[in-house]
Parts: sequence; structure tokens; C-alpha cells
Amino acid sequence: MAYEFDWSSIPGALPILWDGMAVSLEITLIAIVVGIVWGTLLAMMRLSSIKPLSLFAAGYVNLFRAVPLVMVLLWFFLIVPRFIADLFGLPPNTDLRLASAMIGFALFESAYYSEIIRAGIQSVPKGQMAACQALGMTYGQAMRLVILPQAFRNMVPLLLTQAIILFQDTSLVYVSALADFFGSAYKVGDRDGRLVEMLLFAGLVYFILCFAASMLVKHLQKKYQPA
Amino acid sequence: MNYQWNWSIFLQPTVVGDTTYLGWMFAGLQMTVMLSLSAWVLALLLGAVVGVLRTVPNKLLSGLATAYVELFRNIPLLVQLFIWYFVMPELVPQSLGDAYKQSHPVQQQFLAAMLCLALFTSARVAEQVRSGINSLPKGQKNAGLALGFTLPQVYRHVLLPMAFRLIVPPLTSEFLNIFKNSAVCSTIGLLELAAQGRQLVDYTAQPYESFIAVTVAYVAINVIVMTLMKLLEDKVRVPGYMGGK
Repeated sequence: MAYEFDWSSIPGALPILWDGMAVSLEITLIAIVVGIVWGTLLAMMRLSSIKPLSLFAAGYVNLFRAVPLVMVLLWFFLIVPRFIADLFGLPPNTDLRLASAMIGFALFESAYYSEIIRAGIQSVPKGQMAACQALGMTYGQAMRLVILPQAFRNMVPLLLTQAIILFQDTSLVYVSALADFFGSAYKVGDRDGRLVEMLLFAGLVYFILCFAASMLVKHLQKKYQPA
Repeated sequence: MNYQWNWSIFLQPTVVGDTTYLGWMFAGLQMTVMLSLSAWVLALLLGAVVGVLRTVPNKLLSGLATAYVELFRNIPLLVQLFIWYFVMPELVPQSLGDAYKQSHPVQQQFLAAMLCLALFTSARVAEQVRSGINSLPKGQKNAGLALGFTLPQVYRHVLLPMAFRLIVPPLTSEFLNIFKNSAVCSTIGLLELAAQGRQLVDYTAQPYESFIAVTVAYVAINVIVMTLMKLLEDKVRVPGYMGGK
């Protein structure tokens, strides 16, 4: 083996990497919350009998699922801020790019969440909705009090698995110059000339976190499996 | 808004003068398709082998196959790509690493990108193959063995032909994913579709046209792949199963 490893730059880099990890987790959390809320609304629109709403939701979901995340991030990093600045005549020094990239990421992940949630809603037997209506509940009440609570319980494993995928996806904000965990690791490795060690370390950290999380999901799934 | 739309920009020659801007876009499209298809072939082969190994009775083999799947599923694609591109050439025997570094930069990027996409996707294909095999009734395997087939023969003639027909729909979505994931390879400088899109923004100063064109190209790839896979799905559908004839 020709390559001589030198791991000595890692301990000194831990504070930067930790900050990066905080950014990654923050993006993950925001995207999960937005994804579930907006994804639920999209799923309800898609299943609604009001044609324009269901067409809009179907178009939204299919468009975002047809385009690579990298492209979506570039749209929201390069194009959308320019568009907004033009539209509202903002001074050219306002920097919307990072906020915009984050929003783009959350909007992208919402499309995937909405498909999971739609399947969850559809897994609730039709009779439940009929029973609610027979009891005189409005559509909103039936969804909020009866359908969604059951749907979400069925969806928990899938939502969590999607959260792990989403966490891995956050590394792609690299293209938008946000200093997440991977971006920080790359920068430090490049600076110290120890890219090999830093990339392997980053891979190891992601592996440990994601593997542990997926084991946990599997365990929960077994424990709470609906009888 | 006072933006000047100018779609004819695509027909103008580039600043370098080699071709038109549309030519750049097609070069990117070609790279995306070549990369994705070659990676897909490799991913199918590897994924089939690993997926089969996950279902065999031998504990060592199935354990190794599980480790393979977990390794490639739990590290982000971008990190894997950078490891293939920056780390692997240092870890392989020196002669091989040197040969790699002396090859043409585009070849280096393509090789790293293809291996990365192929192995990343193969872990997902393996999971589909495994679930396809496991979804078959146990009796099929036992009947094969009772007829005097060896275990490899049972896989070859009984289990795999059925399993592959059943997993066409999930494989379709992996096939779509490999095209989308190939956009990640723009980060190591490979001039595929997304990278050409960025370049078009820089060179033409027509950001909206450039990005709309690239996005439409991705949607078109999606539609074409879905249509072709739907035809395949109809052709190989198993009578008597859900969605069967």
C-alpha cells in the first residue's frame, strides 16, 4: 500500500465538523417538518374531489419526482433568488440564496412525503369515512379526528425511513455552498491536504448514524407491528 | 420584470465556437444517458448476484451480502462518489492508481461516476431481487429440489425467472433513480446534463431558458423510461398475480 494515512488533522477539525453536523441536522429537521405538513396538505388535495386541487397536487408531485435533487437545489440557489429580487425590485446585495436553497430542499422532500402520506390515507378502510359522515362530521373533522391519526400510525416506519434518506440527501446542499457536515469535512480535508482521511471519516460518520437509525426503525416496526 | 426572453440563444454558436449551445446540451444529455445506462447494466448484474446471495442458506454468504447492502445504503451518494473519485486511486495498488491518474480527466470522472452509481444502485436492486425471491411460495423451491434440481438450478430455472417478472415495477423506479442520481456526478466536474445547465447559465446569461431546457430534458427522460418500462411490464406480467392478466 503506497498511501500513508495521517489522521492527525481530524481531532482539531472536530469543532468545525460538529458545527457542520448541526447544520445538517437543522436542515433535516426543517425539511421533515415542512415535508410532513405540506406533504399532508398535498396528499389531501390529491385525493380531493375538487379537480383543480387534485390536478395541482399531482402536477407538483410528479414534477418534483421527475427532476434530480441537484437540479432543484440549483434552481433554488441560482435562479429563484434572482427571480424574486427582480420581481420585488430588491437591492442587489440581499442574499436570499441560502434560505432559498433550504426552501427548495424542503419543497422537494415534500413531494416524496406526500406520496407516503397518500398511501397511508388510502390504507384506511373506506367505511371509516362513511361512518364519520353518517355521524354528521364534516370532511375536515373526519380527516383530523379519524382518518389521519390512523393513517399516520400505519405510516410511521415509512416516514422514519424517508427521514434517513432525507438526512443523506442533505449532503447535496454541497452544491449550494451551505456548510453542512459533508461540506465542512470536504473543506477541512482540502485545506489540510488530507482529503482521503476526511472523506473516509465523513463516510464512516454517515454510515454509523444511518445504520443505527435504520436498526432502530426496524426494532420499532417489530415492536409496534399492527396485529 | 424586465427580463429579455431569448430562446434562439440555443441556436447560436458557443463562445468557444465548437458547436451551438444546443450542441452543448445534447452533449450533456448524451453523457447522462451513457453514464446511467452503463451503470444500470452493471447494477442489474451485481444486484442480481447480491440479491440471490442474501437468500441462500449459507450464513457466511448471506451475511456478506447483507453487509454489502447496508454499506451502500447507509452512506450518502455524494460521499460515495467523492470516495470513488478522490480516495480509491490512493488505496488501490500504486501501478493501478498511477494508470488511473494518467488517463484522460473525462475518463477518470466517468469511471468513478459509473462505478459509484452502479454499486450504489446495485444495493437497491439487490433488495428488490431478494424481496422478489422471498415473495414466491416456499413450495416452488421445494418442488424444484424434489425434482432433483440442485440449488443453483432451482435459482436459475425456477426462482429467478419468476422473481424478475414480479419486480419489474420497483426496478422501474430504480431505473428512473439512476438517471436522476447521475446529476450528482456534476460535482466532480463530469459534464453531464446538470453540469451543462450550469455552464449554459454562465455562458449565455439566459438563466431561465437554460434551466428550463435542462429540466424539460430530465422530465423527458423520465417519461420515455416510464413508457418503455410500462411496455415491458405488460409483456412480462405474471397471470394470476395482483395486476396480472
